[in-house]
Amino acid sequence: MAELLRTHPLEAWRADFERLPGTVGITVEPYVAVVDVRLGTVGAEASAALGVDLPTAPNTWVPTGTGRAVWLGPDEWLLTSTTETPEELEARVRAAVLPLGGSATDVSAQRIGLRLTGARVRDVLAKGCSIDLHPRVFGRGSSAQTTLGQAGVVLLALSDSADDHVVLVRSSFAGYLADWLLDAALEFTSVPLTHDR
Amino acid sequence: MQLIACPWCGPREEVEFSYGGQAHVPYPDSPAELSDEEWAHYVFFRDNPKGRFAERWNHSAGCRRWFNAIRDTTTYRFERVYRLDDPKRGGTELASSRKEGTAP
Repeated sequence: MAELLRTHPLEAWRADFERLPGTVGITVEPYVAVVDVRLGTVGAEASAALGVDLPTAPNTWVPTGTGRAVWLGPDEWLLTSTTETPEELEARVRAAVLPLGGSATDVSAQRIGLRLTGARVRDVLAKGCSIDLHPRVFGRGSSAQTTLGQAGVVLLALSDSADDHVVLVRSSFAGYLADWLLDAALEFTSVPLTHDR
Repeated sequence: MQLIACPWCGPREEVEFSYGGQAHVPYPDSPAELSDEEWAHYVFFRDNPKGRFAERWNHSAGCRRWFNAIRDTTTYRFERVYRLDDPKRGGTELASSRKEGTAP
């Protein structure tokens, strides 16, 4: 029987990412536990049970200490945790929101994260993303569900100077998006990239 | 590209949205008593006005929420968007609208 190896969807792109200059840096974020939360009304009760104030303003995210809470809709959030396993996170969040009429589903395998850092990152993203990423309107704490190239993504702003973003993309679109990002970053690089995948 | 103002996410490009047809089509009061023809009218028959039209839209690439919009079918201009729980826009203001609770 063939041995099953767990490899990252972007394993084959790592070498190219490492060759990119610091102005358009791309790094693959480590796996994190992710839970999709549906909850009708957010109040003090939910905050106390979850240990985090879920953001109610559209298109925002807040740090939760060990992860992030991302607004996905008026009754939907994405909770991530770097310290818990997906099973632990799902069980904890489910226990917290179930009495309030909510639900929690483990979606850790759905998306992977790419960290984009550097002064030209906004120019790279602007090649395939129609929303305004100027730090005046898309500063730290902003998020957006939109399309980047042809892929649906969740964009998170990590800094107030538009030089630090996280792109959450569905695993099956990750290869496409990695190719797209490398192509978009091409004009800001001086080293030719390999295409031996 | 045309921008559509999602009631939650704000103005986004048109490609992020999908169309949901005519809004405010009332479910029959007594569905069990409807004839096949009346069912067909409820399921398949929609207004096709020239002018202002109440429609359903879904922000499918963004927050994935349904909302309603008043759009002019001749100019493609969105006059207003509103959430599903907002009160219905007065039907008489629209170019054409189906009256609630009456058979077609």
